[in-house]
Amino acid sequence: MGDFVTDIVPILAATLRVATPLILCAMGGLFSERAGIFDIGLEGKMLAGAFAAASVAAFTGSAWLGLGAAIVVALALALLHGFACITYRGNQIVSGVAINILVSGLTIVFGMAWFKRGGQTPSLEAGARFMPIEFLGAAAMRDVPFIGPVYADLIGGHNLLVYIALLVVPLAHWVLTATRFGLRLRAVGEMPLAVDTAGISVYWLRYRAVLICGLLTGIAGAYLSIAQNAAFSRDMSAGQGFIALAAMIFGKWRPWPAFGACLMFGFIDATAIRLQGVRLGDFGEVPVQAIQVLPYLLTVILLAGFMGRAVAPKAGGVAYVKEH
Amino acid sequence: MTKIIRTTLGAAAIALMAASAQAADIKPAVVYDMGGKFDKSFNEAAYIGAEKFKAESKIGYADFEVNNETQFEQAHRRFAQRGQDPIIGVGFSQANAVEKVAKEFPNIRFTVIDSVVKLDNVQSVLFKEHEGSFLVGVAAAMASKSGKVGFIGGMDIPLIRRFQCGYEQGVKYANPNAEVLANMTGTTPTAWNDPGRGSELAKGQFDRGVDVVFAAAGGTGVGVYQAAKDRGKLAIGVDSNQNHLHPGTMLTSMVKRVDLATYNSFKAAQDGSWKPGVTVLGLKEGGVDWALDEHNAKLVSTEMKAKIEQAKADIITGKIVVHDYMSNNACK
Repeated sequence: MGDFVTDIVPILAATLRVATPLILCAMGGLFSERAGIFDIGLEGKMLAGAFAAASVAAFTGSAWLGLGAAIVVALALALLHGFACITYRGNQIVSGVAINILVSGLTIVFGMAWFKRGGQTPSLEAGARFMPIEFLGAAAMRDVPFIGPVYADLIGGHNLLVYIALLVVPLAHWVLTATRFGLRLRAVGEMPLAVDTAGISVYWLRYRAVLICGLLTGIAGAYLSIAQNAAFSRDMSAGQGFIALAAMIFGKWRPWPAFGACLMFGFIDATAIRLQGVRLGDFGEVPVQAIQVLPYLLTVILLAGFMGRAVAPKAGGVAYVKEH
Repeated sequence: MTKIIRTTLGAAAIALMAASAQAADIKPAVVYDMGGKFDKSFNEAAYIGAEKFKAESKIGYADFEVNNETQFEQAHRRFAQRGQDPIIGVGFSQANAVEKVAKEFPNIRFTVIDSVVKLDNVQSVLFKEHEGSFLVGVAAAMASKSGKVGFIGGMDIPLIRRFQCGYEQGVKYANPNAEVLANMTGTTPTAWNDPGRGSELAKGQFDRGVDVVFAAAGGTGVGVYQAAKDRGKLAIGVDSNQNHLHPGTMLTSMVKRVDLATYNSFKAAQDGSWKPGVTVLGLKEGGVDWALDEHNAKLVSTEMKAKIEQAKADIITGKIVVHDYMSNNACK
């Protein structure tokens, strides 16, 4: 039992660390898509946020200013996406892809110009990052069997942004299901004409949804560069925006199931890291390749066998044209 | 008016070309590997060597950073077409590209690092990474309090297994009871530049009791060293001397003198002594080594230093033979 706890707690703690950017991005994408705006650009917004956070934190030495900068930059990109897709009724997929490519290139160009390190930003000191928070009495509790490690390392011992991500999920659920804004937001993704007929601005609602997405992806970006790591490096988001997108679809555009999907991806990743080099009886060492294919294999199996049909918001991807 | 300007410009260009031709006849070029020029590791070592040559000889060089593997061939061909000579390909993944382009341009000299291309106009430079890794393995085993040390490799290829194998032998040499936990970051070239994953892998090892970790993973190592610093554990750098990254938690670095190889190739091309063929640089040739400087002096005890130096001397004289993973693709 003791061994079990010491084995499983670090894995669960790693799950939370890995899943945090996924959760934030998935929730952001959820707001945007429930309002009818597809967002392939989660990845790009997160990457831009990561770069802004690391750069500002490097210049000012303040993690909070870094977080602020990440949010501002991601909001600006969200507005750009909104401008192209809501106001000018452009293709949402194309706009999202454009944002991804734009950010991937621009971050390196700015990084080289400002820091001359081939696109990387300087390593940040502890003060310029969100460091793990030690819970009250965690050190004393650590020796208590079971509860000790769970309290000190699983519930506690994470940085602030992890807790923010965990709070965003119930908040998103509440906003979408229990508030007037949430109801209208969902309506605008299903049948914008009805919302318009009721005298509510479709454009303004969709803009607000896209901005919420920008806010959350900005926080996710800041998490990547100034909480999980201590610097920005080229393309550091490494496809996580797309995994978040998959998790959101996996969760059928609902906060709690999407949260579960993010945790599942995080858990598989965390286990995969620890499974490497493990011996399996007579088979010898498990090859790295076999472990790396696991998350994808599981995704396919779950998608095909257990999930059932994922129904996207009806008006998703369709620009709304107000009749005159 | 335009005509006058054009002629003057033309004359100036010819004069410039003549001047540079007098200084030396070479137009060197470097093609970096996936990690990028400033990976604080492997590629940066090549950059340092090229910069050193530039400072000494006043001959500029062209360089190229690829964004994906398909660009290697393009990069080499473009350089060859522009008459760059010699052209250095940094990293094993460029071997195919170098081989192909070198056949097309038999008069241009190529140098490939970490791989072998058998052509009359290609020089291949290999390192005995296992010997250098052995030394840092000794350091790791002696610095570890838990008796568990870690290894984090970049892409899972025989070359990185060679680092791992040498390291494990060094660990066992210093402490036969020590345990080595090893992880590979991935199986694609992105594994050279994924600090987030490096950091997670390192934390995973720390959670399992590791207190010294050796990363041979290019840019991914940056995340490993950061994780070691955050957790107050020790880390060992690779390729370049990385001790300065986090003084106090960087135990040492396994230095691979890619800078020397780059510099030597340019220098040899300049003074006409450039030769094709395979060069292997080990401890004896000064091609690999461990790093001791003001940043890690406090972490290295006199006892540790003596043991490492002893092992180094024994390897050079042949008293200790470090097994090379790549000789039989197995670590035994």
